[in-house]
Amino acid sequence: MQMLIRLEAGRFVRAADDFITLAAEGDPPADGGVIVPLAHWAEMGERLLSEGREVGVRLTSADPVEALLPVLERLSVVAVEFPIFRDGRGYSAAVLLRTRLGYRGELRAVGDVLVDQAWNLVRCGFDAFETNASPEQFAASAHRFRHVYQASADDRPPAFVERETV
Amino acid sequence: MYSYDTIDAAMLADRNAEFRDQVARRLSGDMSEAQFKPLRLMNGLYLQLHSYMLRVAIPYGSLNPSQLRALAHVARRWDKGYGHFTTRQNLQFHWTRLSDAPDILDHLATVGLHAIQTSGNCIRNTTSDPFAGAAADEADDARIWCEAIRQWSSFHPEFTYLPRKFKIAVTASATDRAAVRAHDIGLVLHRNDEGRLGFEVIVGGGLGRTPFIGKTIRDHLPAEHLLSYLTAILRIYNLEGRRDNLYKARIKILVDSLGAAAFAEKVEAEWVAMDRARIDLPDLELARIRASFGLIAHKSDPGGRAAFEADKASDRAFSRFVRNNVSAHKHPDYAIVSVSLKTIGDTPGDASADQMDVVADLGEAYGHGDIRVTHAQNLVLPHISLRDVRAVYEKLSAAGLATPNIDLASDIIACPGLDYCALANARAIPISQDIARRFADPDRAEQVGELKIKISGCINACGHHHLGHIGILGVDKKGEEFFQFTLGGSGAEDASVGQALGPAVPADKVADTVDRLAAAYLDLRAPGERFLDTVRRLGVAPFKAAAYADADPA
Repeated sequence: MQMLIRLEAGRFVRAADDFITLAAEGDPPADGGVIVPLAHWAEMGERLLSEGREVGVRLTSADPVEALLPVLERLSVVAVEFPIFRDGRGYSAAVLLRTRLGYRGELRAVGDVLVDQAWNLVRCGFDAFETNASPEQFAASAHRFRHVYQASADDRPPAFVERETV
Repeated sequence: MYSYDTIDAAMLADRNAEFRDQVARRLSGDMSEAQFKPLRLMNGLYLQLHSYMLRVAIPYGSLNPSQLRALAHVARRWDKGYGHFTTRQNLQFHWTRLSDAPDILDHLATVGLHAIQTSGNCIRNTTSDPFAGAAADEADDARIWCEAIRQWSSFHPEFTYLPRKFKIAVTASATDRAAVRAHDIGLVLHRNDEGRLGFEVIVGGGLGRTPFIGKTIRDHLPAEHLLSYLTAILRIYNLEGRRDNLYKARIKILVDSLGAAAFAEKVEAEWVAMDRARIDLPDLELARIRASFGLIAHKSDPGGRAAFEADKASDRAFSRFVRNNVSAHKHPDYAIVSVSLKTIGDTPGDASADQMDVVADLGEAYGHGDIRVTHAQNLVLPHISLRDVRAVYEKLSAAGLATPNIDLASDIIACPGLDYCALANARAIPISQDIARRFADPDRAEQVGELKIKISGCINACGHHHLGHIGILGVDKKGEEFFQFTLGGSGAEDASVGQALGPAVPADKVADTVDRLAAAYLDLRAPGERFLDTVRRLGVAPFKAAAYADADPA
């Protein structure tokens, strides 16, 4: 099983991954949660949802988030892939999912997820992370800066708001 | 100048603590060079040919005397006693040690300086008009908007891993002293017919292998919406910019492939859809930034002006300095004084620690504590009363900082080239020195007049050769350094990319070629024409004929 860190009520905790991510080919397992690559959604997405299971979608960094709009409310997980840590498209995808499309379910960063990116990921709205780092390391990176300068998909007040309230 | 509050200071302290930890992990072997590289680059630390190079950010090229003295101290204590000012208005230390980097950064942090985002595929230091706040023709003080961009772009969570580096420049004058049309985003602040401040938004300029002059995608963006509009541009670029080819990853390629109009439509759609109120600065914060810069109380001093005029009339050398290195200030009794870092025979943009201290002292004693760096690798004291220009000139002169050559042939932009840089194909510094010596006679330099020569040691174009009235590019030909010429480029409001002249010449022929081009111009020019104007009127053909007149016919 993949190791996951989840951000739950402001704390980073180790969690087991109770979803199976489907490979490009092959049939889904008989039961349990599944994450379907967007490219295969058309073949099996509706069927899996109709079975009453927990279903997620995995986006590559090139997939447009708008493609999820028709099913977003029924998804349990959206997994956004970072094929290499310096491919930053996933950050904009996350911001759009949270602030534009109103997605409130689990938003999972998968692929090349480094501890030094924790603060970017958290600020852009991710709340689950496929990583080998420990929750303590992840928390330290995510909390590195006491202040932030700009609004993102989290609820941290930017410096210009903090200054108004001092 | 903008002064840091506790939040700004905390941001720096947190970053330095993080970097100190990363360096310790690298030095102890806990982290590999491969893992460390992107982290050190985000903090301006490059591994060059001979040493680590630390690039210090100078936000919009603005320094106070304490900051410049801190740079001088770093140069003395941790480098070889000098630093190199860059076309991004930053300062590079070329001879630092990795183990010293955290201490250097901590020292710089005591005066609010840092190396954040001076490298990496993120939003780099925003550059601006070095005359901002002093220029007679400005619509507003561009630095206020630059500071807004500095904060918004610092540690931006969404835009830290862009397809490629991203550079923004801002001017508030019709006269462009910031090369805004050669930037990923160029912003020209102006007032519309109703007197409202707004930005002309120019996107997709850039140099390198594929030079482009930027295209205007919005004529008048209400100034208060700057940050949300920038967010929209960056989001489109982050999502759609190419990531498959390093050389096609800049926004200029995206804008060119979509077309400026189609790109603008995407930006507008994104901008309309976003929650702008969360992103744009409230009036209160803009007012706080504006107030933090403070107002300089310029004093009327007709007597000072008269003394200045008398000195000019009686002292030929001073008069020459004023002609070339002193610019009009918005107040009639003040001047903007340029400090030349282009002493004939020296490295363009280098300043010794002692010279930095001299400029810091002058800024403090005469200049309202305000010092600027220009993209042409010189310094500026933007607020000198006419009464004090003479004293400033004499002290600059004694420190070797008063070469009267601003915008003349010896005021050359050159990248560090093969003397320092791991990417270079050819040397740029010795070439610039050879050329400058040809124009060491100030009468000849003034006769030729405005002539912007820009030299890059490789196609990455850090020396902005595409924008040179004469551009010179070093190339490698079977292990030998050769130099290609372009003519007719400009980085100013009349921006253009230069046209190729002809075959490349070897290093020892470069200065001769420049000499011939200058001589041809003197023959061909119409009254009042600059070199650039003559090239534009006649094209490169007559210059080509002159440059290669005695070339071996074989």
